[in-house]
Amino acid sequence: MNPLNEAELAEMVASAKGPVEIIGGGTRQIGEKLAGEPLYTKALTGVTLYEPEALTLVARAGTPVAEIEALLAKNNQHLPFEPMDCRALQGSEGEPTIGGMVATNASGPRRISALACRDSLIGVRFVDGMGNVIKNGGRVMKNVTGYDLVKLMAGSHGTLGVLTEVSFKLLPAARATASVLVAQDEAGAAETMARALGSPYDISGAAHIAGTTALRLEGLAGSVAYRSEALAKLLGGTVGEFDWQALRDVVAFAGKPGDVWRFSVRPSDGPALAKALRGLGAEEVILDWAGGLVWALAPAGTDLRAGLVSGHATVVRGSARPVFQPESAALAALSAGLRQRFDPRNILNTGRMG
Amino acid sequence: MKMPETSADILARKDEIVARLRSLLPEEAVIDNPYETKAYECDALSAYRCPPLAVVLPGNTEETAAVLKACFEMGVPVVPRGAGTSLAGGALPTADSVILGVARLTDVLETNYPDRYIRVQAGRTNLSVTGAVEAHGFFYAPDPSSQLACAIAGNIAMNSGGAHCLKYGVTTNNLLGVTMVSMEGEVMEIGGAYLDAAGYDLLGLICGSEGQLGVVTEATLRILAKPEGARPVLIGFDSNEVAGACVSDIIRAGVLPVAIEFMDRPVIRAAENFTNAGYPDVEALLIIEVEGSEPEIKEQLDTIVEIAKNHKPVELRESRSAEESAVIWKGRKAAFGAMGQINDYMCLDGTIPVSKLPEVLRRITELSEQYGLGVGNVFHAGDGNMHPLILYDANKPGDLEKCEDMGADILNLCVEVGGCLTGEHGVGVEKRELMHSQYNKADLEIQMAVKDVFDPRWLLNPAKVFPLDASEGRRA
Repeated sequence: MNPLNEAELAEMVASAKGPVEIIGGGTRQIGEKLAGEPLYTKALTGVTLYEPEALTLVARAGTPVAEIEALLAKNNQHLPFEPMDCRALQGSEGEPTIGGMVATNASGPRRISALACRDSLIGVRFVDGMGNVIKNGGRVMKNVTGYDLVKLMAGSHGTLGVLTEVSFKLLPAARATASVLVAQDEAGAAETMARALGSPYDISGAAHIAGTTALRLEGLAGSVAYRSEALAKLLGGTVGEFDWQALRDVVAFAGKPGDVWRFSVRPSDGPALAKALRGLGAEEVILDWAGGLVWALAPAGTDLRAGLVSGHATVVRGSARPVFQPESAALAALSAGLRQRFDPRNILNTGRMG
Repeated sequence: MKMPETSADILARKDEIVARLRSLLPEEAVIDNPYETKAYECDALSAYRCPPLAVVLPGNTEETAAVLKACFEMGVPVVPRGAGTSLAGGALPTADSVILGVARLTDVLETNYPDRYIRVQAGRTNLSVTGAVEAHGFFYAPDPSSQLACAIAGNIAMNSGGAHCLKYGVTTNNLLGVTMVSMEGEVMEIGGAYLDAAGYDLLGLICGSEGQLGVVTEATLRILAKPEGARPVLIGFDSNEVAGACVSDIIRAGVLPVAIEFMDRPVIRAAENFTNAGYPDVEALLIIEVEGSEPEIKEQLDTIVEIAKNHKPVELRESRSAEESAVIWKGRKAAFGAMGQINDYMCLDGTIPVSKLPEVLRRITELSEQYGLGVGNVFHAGDGNMHPLILYDANKPGDLEKCEDMGADILNLCVEVGGCLTGEHGVGVEKRELMHSQYNKADLEIQMAVKDVFDPRWLLNPAKVFPLDASEGRRA
């Protein structure tokens, strides 16, 4: 199925006889290959509204992320949450779409200051499992009119509806960036990152990889110079270079065999979790989000979930199962109820998210 | 305003219902004396009042669960209540409902500075959350203007924002986890002291659901390190259009102020008479605040002042000290009180795309003339969240109704230009019937289907948010 517009898409979903697999750019595949007829959103493209002075962008779901980022860059603006490009890590090809980004709530290192994709998302249009076209939220950044289905749709992996249009609150892009580096082992990283985030210096990235703890500062040039020097002094580090895009895209694990796990945990638990994961067989570990996001590479099929003391884990690539963290009985019942209401025939990305 | 018909059956069973509630809670935590329940007959939308059947004030999650389970089994509607500061009637009772108040749930349960969170009971006031962490250099960012009184429970129910949301977001952006009790009395943990919860974003769904999906008893909130300092600049213009253009240029220049506040002439005059803040008598006044260290503040203010000067301001006053900052903010912070001193007023909070600002202000002026009611405008210009204050006389027959009609026209105008009915106050009962103008049948149906999942019998705050005709078949 390759609908040319929202109305066609709604008609195709309404008349679908069996499972449908929604495909944007096909770059963020997670878990089993789904059965079901492919439904491509790649023809639903185009920015429908961009008001730089209102920090607002609305685009159809199949619009390439790269096209939107290039448009915003012309006005020194950006999607604040720094969405990951999964192609290197997943070994996937194709063009990442803005809808796929929302469906996976893709959020990069700036998550600690500029929050997640779901926080910048201010409106959605989608087609539910019966073919109804539904809108929620809109194009204004402050909106409490009715229930917030915008957040619910972000990260629902196409199981509640097919996104057709998404709206964002944008932010000015940084005029200047600096990184402060501290050479140390993993055990001390969480404390260093917590000190940085507990300082008034407005940190927009905090990661530890391969013996280096890195902190990012962004903003107007004078401000960044002042804050990076002050932070380096506070932490006993140096101002230097760090590849935040490589961190965002987890290129350190690209092309290496094995499963890739993603843990969302209490930040101070990060180093202890990393140690536990190594004990369970993880070969490499990266800390992002000040320790709150832990990436691990492990031999295929290894169960790393046993290392969790807080938070949850997702198998982003590979054969370990389950892919998503099992929920408590109460939450699983609510999730199942929502899914049943949004997609009563259970045809949208059937088999994903449990 | 219409409310559902009262259940005679529930009123007839009052003694039995109250007796069961008393068996679950301490003596002082159940109120059914009509003199005392009167204190709960309204929230800050005080034009509408109705004493509830009874009031319960549970002291912990277990008591909350017991009360909800009992009400579920007895088929009694429950109206959750934070501090009762809702401007939309979110906590307005019905005669056949039990008010579940969180006034006894005020403890700080945990503070964790390395992980930057605080866990509190949901009845704690917004400002006292910051109060609990500020000695360590932290603060809780959402700052609704009622923050001295309003409770975190209500903030979550309404997804409350504040003047500083342009930079820090609203409640949903600062909420990490909750303990929530369902109408059936089941206790559930959603999210926690980590940035992303697993599975569907139930936390995002609950936040802003106006107490219709569950009762939040505890919350884990993100706290942030306080910036080194903050300073405002005050800029006066002789036209709304120019003030709006100035805001646009500042945002385009890549400066992100923590607050951009806008006042029009009626509000400026009222605030000045009330506080003597030294405001100029101009058409439009902007207060723009930036944060950071001294050099950072200077860098940002220099940029803002340079842009503002291109727009030929009538007045431009940069704060140079904490005292001067306080004076600049004094009038704005007292604006609502100052307007209240002149008149009764109704405060709306529709949001519009900021590009539509001059058009909307012009049409509000036209409506003001058409209805013969004065109106003042004060709002968060960075995010388009308007606050038209419609002046009326509560003692004059028909004036409230006229004011409500004019309010509906303004909110429909907000929707028409691409905005929404409410940016931070919530729908409650006040804007319930206007939901049809923003959402069509399918849009409303799927929202109501969400409530079906969380509260199948529609016992939690049932007569709110959705137009009565739309929810009729679902409500008991």
